Amino acid sequence: MSDHADHADHGDQHYIKIWGYLVALLTISFVGPMAEIQWLTLVTAFGIAVVKAYLVAVHFMHINLTPRFVIYTVTTTLVFMLLFFAGTAPDVMKAEGTNWVKPAWIEADRAYAAGEVGGRAHGAGHGEDHAEEEAPH
Amino acid sequence: MSATPIATTRSAAGIPTARLAVWWIIASEIVIFGGVLGSYIMHRLAHGIWADYAANTNPWIGLLNTFILLTSSLAAVLAHQAAERGDGARAANLLYATCGGGFAFLCVKAFEWNYEISHGMTITANTFWSFYYTAAGIHAAHVIAGVIIMLFTASWAKRNEHLHRVEIIGIYWHFVDVVWIFLFPLLYIAK
Repeated sequence: MSDHADHADHGDQHYIKIWGYLVALLTISFVGPMAEIQWLTLVTAFGIAVVKAYLVAVHFMHINLTPRFVIYTVTTTLVFMLLFFAGTAPDVMKAEGTNWVKPAWIEADRAYAAGEVGGRAHGAGHGEDHAEEEAPH
Repeated sequence: MSATPIATTRSAAGIPTARLAVWWIIASEIVIFGGVLGSYIMHRLAHGIWADYAANTNPWIGLLNTFILLTSSLAAVLAHQAAERGDGARAANLLYATCGGGFAFLCVKAFEWNYEISHGMTITANTFWSFYYTAAGIHAAHVIAGVIIMLFTASWAKRNEHLHRVEIIGIYWHFVDVVWIFLFPLLYIAK
């Protein structure tokens, strides 16, 4: 059994309330990007995802009640993730650099800009034949 | 004669070993999912056409599956509360409800993938779809593993045995939920 004495303080109503918050946030994160405004999409979709993850980690997983070294361990892995991103993004996200180039990518980007390829489906949600076209690299 | 110590119930670092173990698993899982999602974000930002490919995913299905997982997480934490009170029968029923959520999630996923694959959006179609099926597939594998472990845990809880394991599987399940919380905007919302 858990040694979390604080758990006993939370009745079922507390968790149902948190679930209500999560569903409300989910609704906002779904509706917000419909405005098709980039900054609003970033805030409502990704900003709210962080808030939802925080609510689940604290109220459902009770991470705040674990010893600090557990929190440090989890945080360290998140930092590693950022290091991985920072270390590889300069190569992955560029088409050319010092003494190297990705010719296929450059050609694909040109074709996409010229409207020769595209992956967006006609009409609603799901795609049709366009999904089989080549990605730009 | 004293009882044989059980590794999963002893406390070696100010925290029961089983709970420490699941947090250790989660730490390693963050690296796995973080690597996949980080790579996806890099390519997504670098390739304009990926927004076109992402437009082919169905956000309503993503919304439904997110709701299902959030609700199953509620059932899991309520099961934990029941186990804390020593109510194994209620904990077991709530864990079965959580499993039902996991099963519903997988059914929706199967329907979604069936539609996409039948319309040419396969794992080999292009790099976007490779990422899509890899990220969602690894996540689905974790859902399947969670459901299987939870069925065992529920059967023990029903007999009021190993009630501490209700919390352990719950923590794992919430993590699976958190991963999906980030997959949802990445794969379904940002077009």
